[in-house]
Amino acid sequence: MIWIETIIQGILLGGLYALFASGLSLVFGIMRLVNLAHGDLIVMAAYLILVLVTLLGLSPFIAVLVAMPVMFVIGWALQKFLLNRTLGDDILSPLLVTFGLSIALQNALLEGFSADSQRLPTNSLTTASVGIGPLSLGIMPLLTFVSAVLVIVGLNQLFYRTELGRAFRATSDDATTASLMGIKPANIFATATGIALVIVTIAALYLGLRSNFDPNIGPARLIYAFEAVIIGGLGSLWGTLIGGIIIGVAQTLGAAINPEWQILSGHVAFLIVLLVRPRGLFPRVND
Amino acid sequence: MALLQTHSLVAHYGDFQALFGVDIELAEAETIAIIGANGAGKTTLMRSIAGVLRNEAAAVSYENKPIGSLSADQIMSQGIAMVPEGRKLFPSLSVEENLLIGAYGRKISGHWSLATVYDLFPILGERRHNPGTALSGGQQQMVAIGRALMSNPRILLCDEISLGLAPIVIKDIYKAITQIKAAGASMIVVEQDISQAMAVAERVYCLMEGRVTLSGTPDTLSRDDIHNAYFGAGY
Amino acid sequence: MTYSVTTQTPTSRIASTLCLISIAVLILLPFFAGRGTIQDMFFILTMLVLAQFWNLLAGYSGLVSIGQQAFVGIGAYALFGVVILSGLDPVPAILIAGVGALIIAVPTAFFAFRLNGAYFAIGTWVIAEVVRLLLAQWKTLGGGTGTSLPRDVTRDMWFVQSIQDLLGVRSAAARDILAYWLALILALATIGGIYWLLRTRRGLALAAVRDNTEAAKSVGVDAGRMKWIVFLTSAFGTGLAGGLIYMQKARISPDAAFSVTDWTAYVIFIVVIGGIGTIEGPILGVLVFFTLQSLLADFGSWYLMTLGVLAIVIMLVAPRGLWGLLSERTGLHIFPIRRRLRGGNLT
Repeated sequence: MIWIETIIQGILLGGLYALFASGLSLVFGIMRLVNLAHGDLIVMAAYLILVLVTLLGLSPFIAVLVAMPVMFVIGWALQKFLLNRTLGDDILSPLLVTFGLSIALQNALLEGFSADSQRLPTNSLTTASVGIGPLSLGIMPLLTFVSAVLVIVGLNQLFYRTELGRAFRATSDDATTASLMGIKPANIFATATGIALVIVTIAALYLGLRSNFDPNIGPARLIYAFEAVIIGGLGSLWGTLIGGIIIGVAQTLGAAINPEWQILSGHVAFLIVLLVRPRGLFPRVND
Repeated sequence: MALLQTHSLVAHYGDFQALFGVDIELAEAETIAIIGANGAGKTTLMRSIAGVLRNEAAAVSYENKPIGSLSADQIMSQGIAMVPEGRKLFPSLSVEENLLIGAYGRKISGHWSLATVYDLFPILGERRHNPGTALSGGQQQMVAIGRALMSNPRILLCDEISLGLAPIVIKDIYKAITQIKAAGASMIVVEQDISQAMAVAERVYCLMEGRVTLSGTPDTLSRDDIHNAYFGAGY
Repeated sequence: MTYSVTTQTPTSRIASTLCLISIAVLILLPFFAGRGTIQDMFFILTMLVLAQFWNLLAGYSGLVSIGQQAFVGIGAYALFGVVILSGLDPVPAILIAGVGALIIAVPTAFFAFRLNGAYFAIGTWVIAEVVRLLLAQWKTLGGGTGTSLPRDVTRDMWFVQSIQDLLGVRSAAARDILAYWLALILALATIGGIYWLLRTRRGLALAAVRDNTEAAKSVGVDAGRMKWIVFLTSAFGTGLAGGLIYMQKARISPDAAFSVTDWTAYVIFIVVIGGIGTIEGPILGVLVFFTLQSLLADFGSWYLMTLGVLAIVIMLVAPRGLWGLLSERTGLHIFPIRRRLRGGNLT
């Protein structure tokens, strides 16, 4: 029984990792850009929510609604004025610029908020659990997982049912021909990053409620996000959820055997999948 | 007044110069053809007009307004739509989505809509939900043309629409072109296939190595004139 | 008429003379410089070695790795392991450090080469993390808190006694001088080796693979093999440096030996700011970096923030770094590798 509960906890944890990963997957799918500062942006969003909670006395769930449009604008501007300039044939430029951004961001947060561990205020709701059959599941992990699923459903709807989604797919296929349709690739990319940062903010909410955070934990989040994307297969959002779940389950199983092995187990699962299926479990056909 | 004009248009790819001062003119409801051998600069000319290749503002004028330095999306929204060389359909979009995206930057009601495009090319209506690239070459060309029409453009640029297609398919495509003409479009048709181009156009320009070597109406140009202009005298 | 391919330029001949003089000065440095200077130079030389090897991977082969700290760490732990467990003297153990890194590089490359571009980069990082986490489990070498080299071992290292006698210094200073000379040898060997490599046909093949892998393959370059050779060479060199660095520190812990900041971030900044894809770039970069660090190290996170912003600005504005700017303006090349054709009636 304890194993079933461990696995379920792992699945729910996978929801958090899928939230970390969705933004990364979206941006990579549209413009082949991997933002090495992605994890630090998650942490930045967590601090933003914290500031709103502390200064305005809002509940974190309200604060996140305020933070989301702010992060959209930040993401839009970041892509439009900085990251768009790195796109092109040179592979070094986006990597090195986003790496520099990651270091700069971490240290800006250190200066602004010190290295102290922080946490978003929890209340009885967030620490409660609900009984489902013989199992007892935390409300927060459940909510996190459900949010991850909703985000992915929402993104799929956006991609396949809206005009903006058509524009995303067209630009991702062929940016030059897309411009012949009246699409401005630069703005499309900016919107994509804006949306990615909105998802990042949702992820940050759950991160901050669930555990402590400080300016240095960004890179580890990036690694989990990245592993989930690779396991799932580049270009597949549902694959990213599966990838997150696999990492989550591997971590909780590893932790159940020996708490020191939690993170290592996740990495090992990743390496195994990489060995057996280098393109991931559900790779996009035309890449 | 000419609808579209180029004024000593030049174009470079890095160090390589592709166009050396090209002057062409298109009048309202007119169809002109640009012919020439491979590498003559025809596609470069089209891309310059469409804004894919940027230029001096005054190099291209549209309704007497300088548009040479505008970007492709800006030019498209002004009403100049291109059917690109090689068709360039979006693999991630279905046939219908490819058509719909054609109107992204310019939503103007006019003769052309999904319904009328499906009338023009009935086979596309049958295949509307297939991925754009799962069609035959000729059908993909129809999608590409339909996609450009969806923005109800004032000028349609057709870049080598017969390329790689069987003769019978080319006939069908050009039958559609005549119907598009009949609906009042102004067109620039780039072709390596001289006969089709001459049949559909009121005036013809011939390009060789980035320069206009010949221009006139189809009936005033002899085969020898064209041969020389196409390949250069002495071949 | 006879054609010849040459890489020498007039400035490079002057530069080589200056180089020889500088090398002589560096060799003799411990005779007239204080301990602080020697330690600073050790830092500069070891960072230079790390930078040159990272540059070999990224600048010349297009393989951006953010997992080089794995090889620093493994090299360092290999040295500590072999010294503590088998009693080998630390000086020859440095070679073992290189070999240790080489051994780990094989599975690393095997996994990492399944990925491309940015994913390759992060993949190397993941593997570095795995190695770190595994080593932190090894209790004999101190587990998560680390360990030190035994005092008697460090006191009796090869050459330390001779240096004490030669220069009349105490044991600790002698160890620093020994480390410095070893670092100098490593740096010269690294620069010499890389320069030699790039002047051979292999080097040309490398540039071809970086610029256009498919085209390179079509003229017979075995791109896969080149990537392996470069990756393994870089890992070996990085391991040697890691072993040497931690031999000098004499104290190790997983977090320090596998630190992304110290062994990857700083190295990347050095190469980017100095000039990626050139041998001179990292040399200039490490001098700029050292100056910045001396001036700003007291400012902790402001310093790192500055480095980050500087890297962004340089990549966008001057992608070939400070050396790139300098050599564009002046045509200066200290280590010219561009091949020019001489002879014939076009020159």
